[in-house]
Amino acid sequence: MSKLTFPRMGESWRTFKMLLEDLGNEVVVPPRPSKRTLDLGVRYSPEFACFPLKILMGTYLETVEMGADTIVTSGGVGPCRAGEYAMLHHKILKDLGHDIKMIVFEPPRLQPFNFIKNVRALNKNRTSIRGIVSCIKRAWRKLVALDNVEKLSHVVRPREITRGTTSKVYRKILEWIDQAYTTEQIIEAEAAASKALRDVPQDTNREILKVGIVGEIYVLLEPASNLEMEETLGHLGVEVERSMFLTGWTRDNTWTETTEMMTVKEAAAPYLPELVGGHGRDSIGNTILCAKRGFDGMIQIAPFTCIPEIVARTILPRVSRDYDIPVLTFFLDEQTGKAGMGTRLEAFTDLMRRKKRMQKKQLTLTG
Amino acid sequence: MGKRLGIPSALLYYVYYPFWLAFFNEIGVQVVTSKGTTKSILDKGVREALADACVPIKLFFGHVMELKNKCDCLFIPRVVCLNGKTIYCPKFLGLPDMIRHSLDGLPPIIDVRIDARQGRLSKLKAFLEIGSYFGVGRNIVFKAYCKAMLVLRRYHRLLRKGLNPLEAMEYLENPNNKKLTLPPQTNLKFAVLGYPYSIYDSFISVNLLDKLKNMGVSVLTTENINPLILAWQKNCGLPKRLFWTFSDAVLKAAHYLFRRGRVDAVLHLTAFGCGPDSMLNKFIELEAKQHGDIPFMTLMIDEHTGEAGMTTRLEAFVDMVRRRKEVSPCQN
Repeated sequence: MSKLTFPRMGESWRTFKMLLEDLGNEVVVPPRPSKRTLDLGVRYSPEFACFPLKILMGTYLETVEMGADTIVTSGGVGPCRAGEYAMLHHKILKDLGHDIKMIVFEPPRLQPFNFIKNVRALNKNRTSIRGIVSCIKRAWRKLVALDNVEKLSHVVRPREITRGTTSKVYRKILEWIDQAYTTEQIIEAEAAASKALRDVPQDTNREILKVGIVGEIYVLLEPASNLEMEETLGHLGVEVERSMFLTGWTRDNTWTETTEMMTVKEAAAPYLPELVGGHGRDSIGNTILCAKRGFDGMIQIAPFTCIPEIVARTILPRVSRDYDIPVLTFFLDEQTGKAGMGTRLEAFTDLMRRKKRMQKKQLTLTG
Repeated sequence: MGKRLGIPSALLYYVYYPFWLAFFNEIGVQVVTSKGTTKSILDKGVREALADACVPIKLFFGHVMELKNKCDCLFIPRVVCLNGKTIYCPKFLGLPDMIRHSLDGLPPIIDVRIDARQGRLSKLKAFLEIGSYFGVGRNIVFKAYCKAMLVLRRYHRLLRKGLNPLEAMEYLENPNNKKLTLPPQTNLKFAVLGYPYSIYDSFISVNLLDKLKNMGVSVLTTENINPLILAWQKNCGLPKRLFWTFSDAVLKAAHYLFRRGRVDAVLHLTAFGCGPDSMLNKFIELEAKQHGDIPFMTLMIDEHTGEAGMTTRLEAFVDMVRRRKEVSPCQN
């Protein structure tokens, strides 16, 4: 029987594992990216390929060692490079002598037959269509639960009294959600998890900064690739709102009812009316939306040589000036160190805090 | 009327300038270009553009800086797709926005969007839009467009004969010069793959083409191959094509050259930090591995590329290919 694996992106692997096992596949869970993953990835990937490709290359090589022989991944139609990564990975793996099968999901709307073929290939149990739909629904609910819990942890972390409690609780509750199987169990686990997070002792008087994080989806979602930036920020007393979650991503693109009554696309239009692939336009649009909601600052994270984010980065200084919101950009690659990033984040937080206090002082003086 | 239109001599200049020039001349607009790249243009570009951008983009910034006081408006079209199948690199799609929002004191920018996927006449429509900007009637624009298309066809025919874009442009601009001097054929023939805006910019490619010529090597580039031949090629065994027009053409050219190109070696010229090239280069490299009889080398350029280093590498490569060619008939 073939053993399946898939790209790892944050905690979403719990969902994909459940879904694929429900359909009757044997799954090799991709390990959390480590130093070794990166070394492997960097060795066999092209030098200027972006960071996600290298991490995934390393992850695939590790899972191949663990016995995986089929990789399920996503395709795309451009203009971002990520749409071609499955091809490149396959070629490199073949070149290294691994006989791997790739199941690549293209956008179902454009290539419905590819989608049906892939689902059939994955459906080892010969589940009925209704069965598959219910499996997907349940998996989706789990994904939503995971995302909601993560969002809540971002709110709680900066307010915790003992540093590190939230992360400890968060790791524990992930297991609860992981073990939930039916929809009822998932909902129950989510409720219990939210309660556990809210019960973390908090200091309500603390001055909290609010920062939005925008950028490329993979480095946003995989904490190992952004060196746990959100946790670091949380410990600095910053409440983080990430612009992108796996579940929110599809919804956001069609959603006009944000509090500002405009979509990300509309917000970005005066600066970048064209879809440049990846999440370049979203980065700009979200920065504007967050500025309108009164955030204290924005952080953009992108892999080194990421084309869409370079376009966004070139335009962001203008947005920053027009809306008076500080923006800090990180281009991440295998050379980025946690300490260096920590220092930059600390300095950025200090500056934002100073700015906020100055504004408050001015308000009290004039008001 | 009487407006001077600035066209930066970078990026798409090498592919579409004759077309643009013919079109704008026909509707009575004076065209100014930034001429060839110089050290000062590169320096300006490097200073203004984001450090993470690739050299061609930095050069484009430099060319815009060079032009901005010499013209009344700038022509930076947003070229999304021209053949209905492949699009351009994301940096091309966001080019007018990048320029507008990071340089100050610019004249108005004409950033008409050209996307051939939106219907057959979309290209013509884009040019009608440009015409209306200059207050030119639709009939004149249509005539100018048709005439420009003919010029473009002649230009492509010249390229297929083996001229490089600069030579072809010069030939087109001097109609009296009837004699066409084709590059001499030598016994060594190299294919130089890469994007037109880095290969033909002799400053940034450190005179690569001239250097090869002086070493007695004749050069074949993607532009010299008939597009129909390219369209027939497979993608080096890949399940789908590359998304980007230039990369797709180069990959198909590589497929063709490695199989029946009758070339002695293949060079790939790539810019530091080029996104599409990171993949393209690997694909060509893997393809080259399967065709051991044709040597392959990658040359990387950036804003610090030194003349001497490039020359040494090229000389060594050419010598080795030449020796190999002399030896191989004896072995068989």
